[in-house]
Amino acid sequence: MTDTASSTGSGHDPAAASGYPDHPPRMGFFTDTSVCIGCKACEVACKEWNLIPEDGLDLTGMSYDNTGGLSADTWRHVAFIEQRKPIGVQDPGLQHTGDVLAMAEQGAATPPADAAMNPTTPGQAGEFRWLMSSDVCKHCTHAACLDVCPTGSLFRTEFGTVVVQEDICNGCGYCIPACPYGVIDRREGDGRAWKCTLCYDRIGAGGEPACAKACPTESIQFGPLDQLRERARQRVEQLHGEGVADARLYGADPDDGVGGDGAFFLLLDEPEVYGLPPDPVVTTRDLPSMWRHVAAAAGTLVGMAAAAFTAAAFGKR
Amino acid sequence: MAECHPVGFQWVMEAKARGATVIHVDPRFTRTSALADLHVPLRAGTDIAFLGGIVNYVLANEKYFHDYVVHYTNAASIVTEDYAGPADMDGFFSGFDAEKRHYDFHTWQYEGAEVQAASGERDLEYPDRAGGDPPSGSGVRQAGRGEAHGSGGASSGQARTDPTLRHQRTVFQILKRHFADYTPEMVEQVCGVPPEKFLRVCEYLTENSGRERTSAFVYSVGWTQHTVGVQYIRTASILQTLLGNIGRPGGGILALRGHASIQGSTDIPTLFNLLPGYIPMPHAHANQDRAAFLAAEGTDKGYWANMGAYLTSLLKAWWGPAATPENDFCFDYLPRLTGSHSTYETVMAQTRRECVGYFLYGENPAVGSANAKLQRLGMAALDWLVVRDFSLIESATWWKDGPEIESGELSTREIATEVFFLPAAAHTEKDGSFTNTQRMLQWHHAAVEPEGDARSDLWFTYYLGKRIREKLTGSTDDRDRPLLDLTWDYPVHGPLDEPDADAVLAEINGADAQGNPLSSYEQLTDDGSTTCGCWIYCGVRAGGANQAARREPGDRQNWVANQWGWAWPANRRILYNRASADPDGRPWSARKALVWWDSDEQRWTGHDVADFAATKPPDYQPPSDAHGPAALAGTEPFVMQDDGKAWLFAPAGLVDGPLPAHYEPQDSPFENRLYPQQRNPVRQVLPFKGKHNRMQPSGAQPGTEVFPYVATTYRLTEHHTAGGMSRWQPYLAELQPEMFCEISPELAAQRGLTHLGWATIVTARAAIEARVLVTERMSPIAVQGRTLHQVGLPYHWGHNGYSTGDAANELAALSLDPNVHIQEVKAFACDIRPGRRPDAAGTAELVREYQRRAGITDETGTEI
Repeated sequence: MTDTASSTGSGHDPAAASGYPDHPPRMGFFTDTSVCIGCKACEVACKEWNLIPEDGLDLTGMSYDNTGGLSADTWRHVAFIEQRKPIGVQDPGLQHTGDVLAMAEQGAATPPADAAMNPTTPGQAGEFRWLMSSDVCKHCTHAACLDVCPTGSLFRTEFGTVVVQEDICNGCGYCIPACPYGVIDRREGDGRAWKCTLCYDRIGAGGEPACAKACPTESIQFGPLDQLRERARQRVEQLHGEGVADARLYGADPDDGVGGDGAFFLLLDEPEVYGLPPDPVVTTRDLPSMWRHVAAAAGTLVGMAAAAFTAAAFGKR
Repeated sequence: MAECHPVGFQWVMEAKARGATVIHVDPRFTRTSALADLHVPLRAGTDIAFLGGIVNYVLANEKYFHDYVVHYTNAASIVTEDYAGPADMDGFFSGFDAEKRHYDFHTWQYEGAEVQAASGERDLEYPDRAGGDPPSGSGVRQAGRGEAHGSGGASSGQARTDPTLRHQRTVFQILKRHFADYTPEMVEQVCGVPPEKFLRVCEYLTENSGRERTSAFVYSVGWTQHTVGVQYIRTASILQTLLGNIGRPGGGILALRGHASIQGSTDIPTLFNLLPGYIPMPHAHANQDRAAFLAAEGTDKGYWANMGAYLTSLLKAWWGPAATPENDFCFDYLPRLTGSHSTYETVMAQTRRECVGYFLYGENPAVGSANAKLQRLGMAALDWLVVRDFSLIESATWWKDGPEIESGELSTREIATEVFFLPAAAHTEKDGSFTNTQRMLQWHHAAVEPEGDARSDLWFTYYLGKRIREKLTGSTDDRDRPLLDLTWDYPVHGPLDEPDADAVLAEINGADAQGNPLSSYEQLTDDGSTTCGCWIYCGVRAGGANQAARREPGDRQNWVANQWGWAWPANRRILYNRASADPDGRPWSARKALVWWDSDEQRWTGHDVADFAATKPPDYQPPSDAHGPAALAGTEPFVMQDDGKAWLFAPAGLVDGPLPAHYEPQDSPFENRLYPQQRNPVRQVLPFKGKHNRMQPSGAQPGTEVFPYVATTYRLTEHHTAGGMSRWQPYLAELQPEMFCEISPELAAQRGLTHLGWATIVTARAAIEARVLVTERMSPIAVQGRTLHQVGLPYHWGHNGYSTGDAANELAALSLDPNVHIQEVKAFACDIRPGRRPDAAGTAELVREYQRRAGITDETGTEI
């Protein structure tokens, strides 16, 4: 079951390319952050179902996000972003005059150092929004983690998702720098790589992943990827109609650097605001051409050597 | 709601997706605000002024639902000549007795009505002899009985009315005059809400109310936890009634509670002053027998006139064959109230050694109750304490590691309390029902057996009862008869001999003389031939089947979905739904149709079960000698009230006024702008001589400036109440790992507080420390010409468990709402300073220093 990074284009079927001629539709997540209420039920449900260890009591000061990010021990992570920006026709009712960041250099909930990235610089009085977004493994169409895995621990499922098998993983860690999103991670004291399986055990039995099941507001939607993409497109149109001009999809484009994500998002700001890379590229994308270049270079060397020998032979004559 | 009830909030999100406008009024910008269309921050403790302002807007701009108001409310009723309101009485209602600190409500009655005082007030005749000399009047009066009154109220007889609403003493005109002072400018002065924002709320609300549209109010217990808490809800009721939003789909006032079955625990009450189904608990002196009790407590009209059937069936359910007509159905077996025995008065009684034994079932007062120190001191004075919980909560270990042990105020060797900790089973380990805010019972089945010594509350209570009865076997003492005669014979099953919860439900449902399950409370009789453990639950096991266990999917039934679970009474999903139709029985509008009169079939029909006599036509006029439900006309939808009307003005039933009036919280940095009277004059203050429940100066009093900020306490999504169910859970603890306070950047700058640093929050009771979260979600607000900063305090933490911290409830005082005795923890003045607090002894000294600076004595804040 290998997935070749060389195959690109929007028609790419990762399950078929991995040797499932007759497979169920590709399944994925559509996380609509515009209806996320930040309850973190997804985080808890994920940990409960997948028996992931608790990973520390740290008050981070990053708003209500005390999780920090995805890791070997966190497969769903809810980000909280406090922003001086309006959200459609919503009235936040808050009145802070002046530059609150300068005033409290001790820090607003968004650390001042990040303010350039998280636009909390003073806006109009009353402009404020609190964004919440549940992040997860993207289950890329072209998954570099899988490409580089030497043991076959990482594999492509019949649902087109990417799963790591803890009984095969040898902890080499090649997958970790390969992930363009920084999702997959080695567990401390264990050494093996862990990440979201899109609840392969549940969906294989006809269920839905634990996080989607627990989500009270349908911010996390699970289903066939093409249906989710169509629903997401309509939702963005609706939000634009309601004046939420910032609404955009992230990871829904099959022509992006990873061939589109199996888990994609509706965001209300630039991806960087949520800690997501703006233009992710499958890190193994250039491997084939690199090898071609290597081969070409090697061929050239061989040719030059041959030419040299020939020349020498001629010379001897 | 998104913070504390995220699962229920999905329906708000669904309504929003269908075009609903969501308004969130809260001092803080929360997860709810993040999804609302409009967030309105206001000063904590000023909601009556805010809602009263909307009432004024509705009346002044004639935005009320005229036909609904005229026909279905008491707007046209004429009140006695002697009534006077706070605008004319310096902030008091007529009838105030300064010495006893209570109101005589007789001047609040309808004119021409036969004044029949509700029993709570009637018991004023019998001063409380057992409860000592409470400073705020009779202990019997303090028993309040707000819940019982809310469900019935006093008889109003045949009051005079003026359907034109022009008579100066109609409820409608009184209402107009009363709220005339609640102008947008006043709202700005009191609440700190700018007029343009306030008017936007008024417009949203009135545009979405009326014939074609309805609006719903949702509140959580934060609304109740004030010295005027009941009047908060009253103001919302007045508003929703004026707008025609009661008894109609999409309307109502929804109370979201702190636990999964708090509704159930008032229906089958854990409250001292109620019997099941909101039947009042008898008082020691007033009600000599069943007939006298019923004459005092029942009504002439409406369904409370049948209280005799409900009560007698209850007595038969409890005492079975022992309850006979000859012994008045064992009415004398019921305990009698000798005063108020609410939770806070019980704590005071503990400190006086009047209460010497205490059961805590899933409750952690050492963290979760106001003035946590007093809670611990009360427990330290007990002979015995039983704690049933999942973990060793603070209320189970204060005797060895509480703050008073650290400070040396208490010493483990000298505490005589014998403490028993008995592990409790979780809901997943037992059968039973939850009753949610919609009054809907949903059955849950045990998934696994409890581990180790953990047992269900049902198991514990059943076997405790069995053992006590065994000990009393053979007793000839009359006082043991109520225990020995109890029907205590539930079948048991499983490896733990668990009592059968379904058998308990069957007893609650009731049966006829042959033992057949009843299907409706209309079948109950007062001759002893029926049994029923809770009349409003009658029918939950109709046909012998557990109706609460029904799980018919939504797509296989209509939108009311009344085949999912079972709602009391009679599986009605919307109470008083006769009001969804006009006086002629036709829906007010097609899109808001719920029930209506079918003239062909000559009965009420519709999507929901009609909350009305099924065959009583809209044009029915009762004969003059009619009694009970038959005395209600076909146009009187509020069938529990004895005039069949929604009460805009409450002629009886409330101890602090027939109308809501804004008073400042017990500890407030501001003067009352509406009335010269600063605080609710009949609030309950429980002074504790000996410095542990000191109140603060308020308004313009000297020393107020020592506590210039306003604190409010609340819950976070990640934790549950006092933390017993969440702080021990690693998956929840890691999400909110520490006690923190939330403050604005402006306050941080003003007081030198640093993000993620420490702060100490101080009141006249205590000082606690918390990590600092500086956030723009806390907005400074302009009140009475100055800037007010508010301090947000989650109240989940204590010092046991996996995630720990100081308890916010150390800071709060015991100053209570006089109707229901609930504490004021949602608004109190405080100071905040940078850095951690000193050790326990140093903290006590710090508090004393603040008391000295503010000139606080035992008497401070206890004046009227």
